[in-house]
Amino acid sequence: MSCDDTVDCGRRRLLVATAAAGGVAGVAVAVPFVASMLPSERAKAAGAPVEVDISKLAPGQMMTVEWRGKPVWIINRTKEQLESLTKIGEKLADPKSDKNMQPEYAKNETRSIKPEILVAVGICTHLGCSPTEKFKTGAESGIDADWPGGFFCPCHGSTFDLAGRVYKSKPAPDNLEIPPHMYLGDARIVIGEDKKA
Amino acid sequence: MKKFLTAILFAPLLAFAAGTELHLDRAPDKANDMAALQHGAKIFVNYCLNCHSASYMRYNRLKDIGLSDAQVKDNLLFTAEKVGEPMKIAMQRADAKVWFGAAPPDLTVIARARASEFGSGADWLYTYLRGFYRDENRPTGWNNVVFENVGMPHALWELQGDQIMGADHKLKLVKAGKLKPQEFDAAVGDLVAYLKYMGEPMAEFRKQLGVIVLVFLAVIFVFAYALKREYWKDIH
Amino acid sequence: MSKVNAILQGTLNWVDERFPLTSNWKAHLSEYYAPKNFNFWYFFGSLAMLVLVIQIVTGIVLTMHFKPDASLNASGVPVAFASVEYIMRDVPWGWLIRYMHSTGASAFFVVVYMHMFRGMLYGSYRKPRELIWIFGMIIFLALMAEAFFGYLLPWGQMSFWGAQVIVNLFSAIPLIGPDLSIWLRGDYVVGDATLNRFFAFHVIAVPLVLLGLVAAHILALHEVGSNNPDGVEIKKKKDANGVPLDGIPFHPYYSVKDIVGVVVFLMVFSVIVFFMPEFGGYFLEYNNFFPADPLVTPPHIAPVWYFTPYYSILRAVTYPLFGIDAKFWGVVAMGASTLIIALLPWLDRSPVKSIRYRGPLYKGFLTAFIISFFILGYLGMLGPTPARTIVAQICSVIYFAFFLLMPIYSSLDKCQPEPDRVTSK
Repeated sequence: MSCDDTVDCGRRRLLVATAAAGGVAGVAVAVPFVASMLPSERAKAAGAPVEVDISKLAPGQMMTVEWRGKPVWIINRTKEQLESLTKIGEKLADPKSDKNMQPEYAKNETRSIKPEILVAVGICTHLGCSPTEKFKTGAESGIDADWPGGFFCPCHGSTFDLAGRVYKSKPAPDNLEIPPHMYLGDARIVIGEDKKA
Repeated sequence: MKKFLTAILFAPLLAFAAGTELHLDRAPDKANDMAALQHGAKIFVNYCLNCHSASYMRYNRLKDIGLSDAQVKDNLLFTAEKVGEPMKIAMQRADAKVWFGAAPPDLTVIARARASEFGSGADWLYTYLRGFYRDENRPTGWNNVVFENVGMPHALWELQGDQIMGADHKLKLVKAGKLKPQEFDAAVGDLVAYLKYMGEPMAEFRKQLGVIVLVFLAVIFVFAYALKREYWKDIH
Repeated sequence: MSKVNAILQGTLNWVDERFPLTSNWKAHLSEYYAPKNFNFWYFFGSLAMLVLVIQIVTGIVLTMHFKPDASLNASGVPVAFASVEYIMRDVPWGWLIRYMHSTGASAFFVVVYMHMFRGMLYGSYRKPRELIWIFGMIIFLALMAEAFFGYLLPWGQMSFWGAQVIVNLFSAIPLIGPDLSIWLRGDYVVGDATLNRFFAFHVIAVPLVLLGLVAAHILALHEVGSNNPDGVEIKKKKDANGVPLDGIPFHPYYSVKDIVGVVVFLMVFSVIVFFMPEFGGYFLEYNNFFPADPLVTPPHIAPVWYFTPYYSILRAVTYPLFGIDAKFWGVVAMGASTLIIALLPWLDRSPVKSIRYRGPLYKGFLTAFIISFFILGYLGMLGPTPARTIVAQICSVIYFAFFLLMPIYSSLDKCQPEPDRVTSK
């Protein structure tokens, strides 16, 4: 800031100081107002971790639980289904799960902690619809003659494999989200919380 | 005219003269005593939370008074499954109405509601909870010095013992309870401190923040006042 | 630097060709000439604007979380009451925003009462400012309606019974009264329908009216110019450029001065919000922490402090007249006590405007009026007793005498001559 004859320096300094202090005050006041629109304690309590018993989930079956108002799928994949995951790599957009759509411990070929059990948020990464299961293989699925089983989004036709990985050239940009989760013993899963928390 | 002026002058005194006094004992201030608040919370959960809900108070909010989620889960979580849930009760309101004549009120903000010109809500509760005495004419067998013909029986009876109302309108302990009188008063003091905390859990934070806000406003005042002086020096 | 300035100037020109931005800035701020001798009392106009903004902004946030629902939730608490506690506890910073709103309601009346008293001190309602005064009075009435509707929303005991009493006032009107009060409530008692419609009035209808009226109030003011503590017209003495000799541009002089007033006000406001939000039961009444119970009236029921003077006048009327019962005349007296203030421009016959040059008669009447206003306000918070009723009756008579006798005493009064120009101090 230059001081020449046309501006009164003392006045300008005071103006700047008052404006700065007022600006800080304005920002400080804005914080509570903006923050008041964040999820409330009630919403947080409703979004608390969910405990699920998977002891009755047979191979090849899937169950859906609600976590933070969203469907979370738990799928007990059969050996054939797991094998199919290794064969379709070139058809997928992100076969190695490089994008950050899963916790570190689920960044593997099966996208899961235990190979057969997949826990995934059943919300299409395109625009938020919930895909439908298409576990039947081949032409019977109505998708493709060599369909290995997976999910099909009814809204815009995105397809996902049995690890929630999205197929190439589909509207959905990313693989399905794997929520934070952990095992409490063999057959109990907590969704929404993991060990690092 | 003179008479009229006198009337005006003394009007407020005259007008204030009427009205019944309510004598309340002063509750001890334990707003910053975490051990007392935690003890109060324990008494509340054990003795009050069977019939009274505190349905706006979430268990995990007890971290304000130094209780972790795990501690809450292990020691206090009787009526809910998750620490994020509010302090609700299982009793049906319709049943309660039959048993007590009125459904027990929710106690979350009771310490704020019971304030009056005679004392704070904490004072009222402190007097009330220590003011139960035997009265054969009441269906519950209990009456109270500040809440005449109260529907609630003396929930802390085991601890305090039996009081009767003497002819001199003073309470007398006729049968000792588990606690000595001073111990009982201290326990009720803890409970009341907890109820007061629960009525406005953010109260302590509010005051801390208030100091910061006022200091900051004082700084702005200095700048703003100097700026005003600077501009107004030209105006005569 | 000069390039930036050129772009800014270009943008401004572009806007000015399409919207009267610069001309309005000049007309209302940088070339609006206000008398240079404003004193303490002249802070309250801009403070009223500030409080209006606080109420609107905090109100919008509260509306996002509040539920106007009188039904009971699973714990037996009315949903509306529970939603207020939800704001106080579960919504991030909800307690602060709610306390700002509840303190703001009382602050609004403090500021507006001071602003009105200023007008009475310096004769700001006199010709040519009658319309400013009328707009201001309608703002005051709208504000009372706004406060009344808003007070029902927390759905506590005082909310409920206050609304019950005030709505029943309308039933005093002969013939249509009882049906009118049912129509207002939308039910036979104050209930869910009442809560919902009061919510609609509080958050939409009345604020819209208020904003329009505030704009009219300020436009009318800027048409004729501000009065000042001397009550003389600065527009009578102008320099060669047509600028009043005793006028200074509102901006920057009064904008920087009002900022100081705003900061001081915010300090007082913060002391209340952060250290005494209930303000001893006057801003948030204790009984309102009990949920509304249509079966039990609290033992002591009084309106919030800003309504108590008029409430006292209502209760002071205990005589039936012309074959109609006292209840009706009480309502009439209460209504008249607020409306009569609007007639000041025509009741005042004094040759001078400002209290500085008025005679002893006016000063005496004004003092008696202010004292009785305070006593009425105080009595309105207490329960009625025979002695209090007599005091309230005396004060009510003084209240009305101040207005009704004004044409006589203001013209009889021995005034001092007004100066030609404004004086400093």
